[in-house]
Amino acid sequence: MQLIELEDVRKDFVVRRPLGRLRRERVVVRAVDGITLSVEPGSIVGYIGPNGAGKSTTIKMLTGILVPSSGRIRVAGFEPTRQRIDLARRIGVMFGQRITLWFDLPLIESFELLRYIYRVPAERYERNLRAFRELLELDPFLRTPVRQLSLGQRVRGEVAAALLHDPEILFLDEPTIGLDVVAKQRVREFLVQANRERGLTVMLTTHDLADIERLSSRILIIDHGRLIYDGDVEALKERYGRERILIVDLVEPAAPLRVDGGRVIRVEGPRQWIAFERGTSAAALTAAVAAQAPLRDLAVEEPDIEDVVRRIYGATATARATTERSSTA
Amino acid sequence: MADAVDAAALYARLSIARIREQLQYRTSFALQTLGMFAISFLDFAAILVLFANVPQLGGWSVSEVALLYALSSLAFSLTDLVIGHLDLLPQMVRAGTFDLILVRPRGTLFQLVTQDFQLRRVGKIAQSIAILAYALATVRVDWTLERAALLVVIVPAGALIFGSIWVAAICIVFWTIDANEAANAVTYGGSFFAQYPINIYDRWLRRFLAYVVPTAFVAYFPALFILGKPDPLGLPAWLEVSTPLVALMAAAVTALIWRAAVRHYQSAGG
Repeated sequence: MQLIELEDVRKDFVVRRPLGRLRRERVVVRAVDGITLSVEPGSIVGYIGPNGAGKSTTIKMLTGILVPSSGRIRVAGFEPTRQRIDLARRIGVMFGQRITLWFDLPLIESFELLRYIYRVPAERYERNLRAFRELLELDPFLRTPVRQLSLGQRVRGEVAAALLHDPEILFLDEPTIGLDVVAKQRVREFLVQANRERGLTVMLTTHDLADIERLSSRILIIDHGRLIYDGDVEALKERYGRERILIVDLVEPAAPLRVDGGRVIRVEGPRQWIAFERGTSAAALTAAVAAQAPLRDLAVEEPDIEDVVRRIYGATATARATTERSSTA
Repeated sequence: MADAVDAAALYARLSIARIREQLQYRTSFALQTLGMFAISFLDFAAILVLFANVPQLGGWSVSEVALLYALSSLAFSLTDLVIGHLDLLPQMVRAGTFDLILVRPRGTLFQLVTQDFQLRRVGKIAQSIAILAYALATVRVDWTLERAALLVVIVPAGALIFGSIWVAAICIVFWTIDANEAANAVTYGGSFFAQYPINIYDRWLRRFLAYVVPTAFVAYFPALFILGKPDPLGLPAWLEVSTPLVALMAAAVTALIWRAAVRHYQSAGG
């Protein structure tokens, strides 16, 4: 059985835009436009897309926050908004930009309150708490009020809080946003471990391609409310993320350089952008550039998720051009 | 039943947590409670000033109006203690933090109610009780079992009526965010009107208070019954004892409105 199922799910928002001084225009914006997908138990799925693509809206429909405009949703066998309370017992939710913990209480007291809200049996609560304290290293700030925690500490607290009741599925909306490299890594490791040892199914939205690379084998890309890619990460990189970019600052402005294995895609004064295949060595390329013109500085840019998405979108835009506009009055 | 006990225990637990947070700042807490107690007497002083100029108000003596005031004010301050922080809802809906309430396995309204607990609001309750004591000591009542029973029941029933009005009114924020001033007009306005005998008002306002926003049932009708006063408006006598029933009906209607409102929630952000 699939743990998460969506069948042709849509979500429209009604927005009222001012039109002149008093009149208002009623505009229907389609945030999610016919998504069909399913997720197997025990998988980690990364859900990405540019801002406003409909990621959060999808997550909010899956967690029972938003009622879909049409289509069918099943999560752990429940219809999210109709069976909200049953569903809430079986899922954990963490929003990277929102605080779910009690702001003025020590972290441990938030855990205690959640234990009663979710009716977690004492012995299971103790067992989970002990495990999370160790894995997420919560002990140094367990008795500190949440308002005094650093972002990294708070996120670790939030992740633990989302899992105290042993959910089957964990939904994470931008879990690593704003975290430093070390904190990101700690959260990722914890999620991988929870997936392996508890069989936890994870669905996360992120802007950080590294989250997806470290965590998930499967990636879903959404743009303009439609699913435009559903497959594994390796295949995605093969297809769309093959090129890296070498940025060179020359001592003096020059004509676009001609180097083997790379092509100049942009020139701005003394600065040039050279795209090259993932397989090509950046060092060799740099040497080739230096042989032609004196170098002041350089940097290598990995393709970020926005680039990859833009490239995929570019490939599908032509196909979509004939279909109807997503927002209509 | 077990669910109700469990919910009550959780309510107590969450409220105690909030009180402990507030008691971290003891002096501020003490001053606020005292201030609330003192300021709420100004309300009542307005009534006394009125009676310094007229011996009666629509056929009601000062003690009788004090009884009306105390019943209404006690019900209102109980409502305020339990759900006063519903004022936070517009902000939660605007910022999208209402999301968090929807992903937890408890009733939405229950979670909202347990979000906060402002102990300083007991100051207002204490003032209402003081005025109720004054009214009962000075007013002439032929006490019967029925009258005493009604007196005991109407305070929680009145609080339920006020609570239902508040919740129903605040639901408007799920449709238009900036309308909570309109909601305030209904809630605070309704409680103000309930402090005076409704027969002094215009016919349309009376009907509004009796049938639309039923605050006339909080104090006016039950007070007629307790005082054994003939209704100056000549309305049917059964209205005088129907407060508990009206409270349950108001709560039922509000529950339906609330459900529809939550389904209309649009969250915020991407």
